[in-house]
Amino acid sequence: MGTTDTNASVRSPGKRLGFRKSLMTLAASVMLATSAQAATPSTADVNTTDLAVTDDTVTVGILHSITGTMAISEIGSVQAEKLAIEQINESGGVLGRQIEFVQEDGASDWPTFAEKSRKLLRQDNVAAIFGAWTSASRKAILPVIEQYNGMLYYPTFYEGLEQSPNVVYTGQEATQQILAGIDWAVKEKGAKSFYLLGSDYIWPRTSNKIARKHIDKLGLKVVGEEYYPLGHTQFNSVINKIKLKKPDVIFASVVGGSNVAFYKQMKAAGVDFTDEKPLLLTISVTEDEIRGIGGDNVEGIYASMKYFQSLDNPNNNEFVAAFKETYGDDMVIGDVTQAAYLGPWLWKAAVEKAGSFDIDKIREEFAGIEFTKAPEGYVRIHENHHLWSKTRIGQAQVDGQYKVVHETEELMEPDPFPEGYQ
Amino acid sequence: MKSSSPLKWFGSREGLYYLALAFLLVVILPLALDPFRLNMVGKYLTYAFVAIGLVMCWGKAGILSLGQGVFFGLGGYCMAMFLKLEASTPEATAIQSTPGIPDFMDWNQLTELPWFWEPFHSFSFTLIAVIGVPVLLAFVIGFAMFTRRVGGVYFAIITQAIAAILTILIIGQQGYTGGVNGITDLQTLKGWDIRTDEARTTLYFVCVGMLFLCLFAARLVQNRKLGRILVAMNAQEMRVRFSGYDVAAFKIFVFCLAAAFAGIGGAMFTLIVGFMSPSFIGIVASIEMVIFCALGGRLSILGAVYGALLVNAAKSGFSESFPELWPFAMGALFIGVVLAFPNGLAGLYRSYVMPLEDRLFKRSKPEPKTASAPAATKPSAEKADDYDPMITTYSPEKS
Amino acid sequence: MFDGYTSSELMSIFAMQGFAGLSLFSVFVLMAMGLAIIFGQMGVINMAHGEFMILGAYTTYLTSGFFQSYLPGLFGGYFFFAIILAFLICAVLGALVEWLMIRHLYHRPLDTLLATWGLSLIMQQAYRSIFGAREVGVDLPEWMMGAFQVTDLVELPINGLFVMIIALSIAVAVYLLMYRSGWGKNVRAVVQNRSMAEAVGINSAGIDRATFALGCGIAGIAGAAFTMIGSTGPSSGQAYIVDTFLVVVFGGAQSLIGTIISAFGISQAQSTMEFFLSGSMAKVLTLLVVVGILMLRPEGLMALKVRR
Repeated sequence: MGTTDTNASVRSPGKRLGFRKSLMTLAASVMLATSAQAATPSTADVNTTDLAVTDDTVTVGILHSITGTMAISEIGSVQAEKLAIEQINESGGVLGRQIEFVQEDGASDWPTFAEKSRKLLRQDNVAAIFGAWTSASRKAILPVIEQYNGMLYYPTFYEGLEQSPNVVYTGQEATQQILAGIDWAVKEKGAKSFYLLGSDYIWPRTSNKIARKHIDKLGLKVVGEEYYPLGHTQFNSVINKIKLKKPDVIFASVVGGSNVAFYKQMKAAGVDFTDEKPLLLTISVTEDEIRGIGGDNVEGIYASMKYFQSLDNPNNNEFVAAFKETYGDDMVIGDVTQAAYLGPWLWKAAVEKAGSFDIDKIREEFAGIEFTKAPEGYVRIHENHHLWSKTRIGQAQVDGQYKVVHETEELMEPDPFPEGYQ
Repeated sequence: MKSSSPLKWFGSREGLYYLALAFLLVVILPLALDPFRLNMVGKYLTYAFVAIGLVMCWGKAGILSLGQGVFFGLGGYCMAMFLKLEASTPEATAIQSTPGIPDFMDWNQLTELPWFWEPFHSFSFTLIAVIGVPVLLAFVIGFAMFTRRVGGVYFAIITQAIAAILTILIIGQQGYTGGVNGITDLQTLKGWDIRTDEARTTLYFVCVGMLFLCLFAARLVQNRKLGRILVAMNAQEMRVRFSGYDVAAFKIFVFCLAAAFAGIGGAMFTLIVGFMSPSFIGIVASIEMVIFCALGGRLSILGAVYGALLVNAAKSGFSESFPELWPFAMGALFIGVVLAFPNGLAGLYRSYVMPLEDRLFKRSKPEPKTASAPAATKPSAEKADDYDPMITTYSPEKS
Repeated sequence: MFDGYTSSELMSIFAMQGFAGLSLFSVFVLMAMGLAIIFGQMGVINMAHGEFMILGAYTTYLTSGFFQSYLPGLFGGYFFFAIILAFLICAVLGALVEWLMIRHLYHRPLDTLLATWGLSLIMQQAYRSIFGAREVGVDLPEWMMGAFQVTDLVELPINGLFVMIIALSIAVAVYLLMYRSGWGKNVRAVVQNRSMAEAVGINSAGIDRATFALGCGIAGIAGAAFTMIGSTGPSSGQAYIVDTFLVVVFGGAQSLIGTIISAFGISQAQSTMEFFLSGSMAKVLTLLVVVGILMLRPEGLMALKVRR
């Protein structure tokens, strides 16, 4: 880059002086050239697998549901991912390249997720996919992404039992959420009896299996376990059963529209969660859900998550401010939204550590990557592609926010295939 | 149509339409599209199986089933179970607590294969089951309903309820069925890897072949006396009954036929897409299958194929560029097809394009075609030699 | 299951469970009444019924917001206003839909099914575009929340009582309208013999429109009532459809009494089973039983005419 200039000066003054000078300028220009190359590595070096990388840009894919029943939940993730990408671009991009994204709509339909992921990988050659929300959509994407060697950054807290080399799970898996939550209830609230209630599909069923095993291990009692179909709206019977059994803790993993019905009907039945008993501990109600349920219907319930919007640390304050500035003051940010925000940053960290966009190369670098600017504080990627993170217990307030009442001292190790819980 | 020899049939108008479709599917699309898009077309074609079945049972016989997804799903699950067992050999699943069973069973702490999975180790059994299970269920439902003369709207709603029941059962019993995730990660069919591009292309052609088989089967039913009776039943059931025909038996037959087609479609879907999930069994999916048939023209089996292709292509196209507009477009499609062009594309084709064809080819073809163009308002009073299934009209006075 | 409870506790549990069953019954009645009128009297299947209910719910949401911002003093009574508004808006929309679409399809019931399904897709996406994909929370005034303490152990949720009262009023109003008013007589005449009714001077087209509007209006009231106990979002209407149709079909078309009996039977069966089994199995069993009975007696419980 600087060589053209030095060419001129090589020929100028006296031969002896000129020679030394030219040697120095030659050396200087070589150093300049190599350092300039280190700032923006050539595309040939960083991309040996035909990904959509140019000298100035790199393309990634965003794959969430913008239409259909899941749109309610996935919009927050899309917003978070776009915000992260924007912020990364402002700070110089990844390996000197600006991030461009292709957004596809999964339409709440699992085959569409599979089809779109295939399109993103085969036609658009994206370097990373940020997407999926439900386990079903992730399962649909999984064979595609393993076949074409892509990398998915998956934000939702889920049931575990998976560890794919082509997925980074930025949300908690079940043991992180559940074990810490139950331990807290037992230790801090003296809970002895539990009633497990969930929607009828894999996540609540698996979560309750883990919960039950843990409760048995602690020598305590499970007094009921119930499942209702997705979309079910009449909970009076189970509310009566709960009143009959009088459990210390109701462990709730109800999702979707059923959530709204359940909490409204609980409240109408006179159950007041601000009382000490029964205590309701949920793993499925984030700030997003409270928007639909209404703060006064869930006031007093506890949730076990790794992130709450009300977390008071400098990272989160900045994050919440930036989110609200971009998307509006009345935005709420739930656990999954924050986990989605982590995705692009973790990808960037891995790429820069590996010095390449190649999936195989960045995969080798995942284990141990830390992100200290995470809104939840600090996370670290485990070699099983999940995240070390703290678990927090929050109590829902009338205004729809959670007040953090407990935080694990240590980071919880992710364990998607827990021994003894299988 | 009494074609004197099969070869001569290819020269007839109807034969030309079939040739055109074959040309499109076998030559044009594979040349024009890359394997990814061709695979998607293959997926659309699997829905066409259901649409053809609906033409038979709804268009001809007037039985609207809003639960064809059930049969599609059953066929698909049978094939998925076979493929999943093949992918779950003890060697491949060595890391599980219980090797040799599918992964989702392991996560649900099942320790042995449930009894109803065992037969699906055999490919021949699976092939029989793909048709047999849906037909059996259709027979039970049909027998219960049609012998008691349940029809019309009641029947439609009951098929909806059945779709709902099956969806809830499958999602809830995740240990046995894979639950809401479905059965995923299917890899090989008798050792042949179905995920490669070559495999996908081959499967596309297999699907086209099966589709034509079903088309010919449907056409066979349509052109025989059986087909006429079905149409007659739709128009004047009482008279057919008084003429001595066992109406219920015919209805059961055509309902089972539609179920068989749907089951084959489901199995092809599993092979082409690589997984099966309960989202195809539910109410929404089943009603969408009806729109493919309605758009194509509920009386035309070729139209059904085009309908399935067009609606799905539009869906993919919209969702890539204007995802939020797609539900509006689809809703408008439902309404438009019902209000504005109840005979679908086939009807439009028949009203507008066929007269042109007649004019163009009248000199060169000495065919005694009495398909005089604007007979659109005449009910299906076809003469014996003139029965051309492409142009049988749906008269809006009867539903 | 029942050890360790005193007999008075057990009594109170049974009382509350009985109330839960009645609560479910009133929900079904509200859902089904609008559809029964349309289907039973006119033979039209309205697959967009759930979406009309949600329109009533969104109306309630908007009314609640309006009162909170502009008339906070009257907030306690906004709900009654919301119900009336929901009825009106849904009725007007229903009349419009009937005029544009349904009146061309009376002789084709299967086609109305498809056309109204298309309408439901459009309405759902419209809600998504206008109100956002997320569910909206409807705030209730204080007096409507909480429970009514009947005895020491028996608590009856106030909004459950409210829903029951609404359901009862609607049922009575519909009965009076259909069987005790001149207009109702005209409607029945048109249903039984359209051409004769027209011959004696009844405007059958107008009657059709008004009946459809009435059915949709009732759906709107149901939706308003459900904001107390359920969620309000673009796809929330889907949750109600299958149940509603089954209740109506099970009761027998053209019989509003049949609808009520069927609602009672199904709701009691479901809530009793829910008590002893888990929610999913109860739902599946209830559906199976209903379908089974329908297969044996396809005209429903109280058919006044052989359908088809």
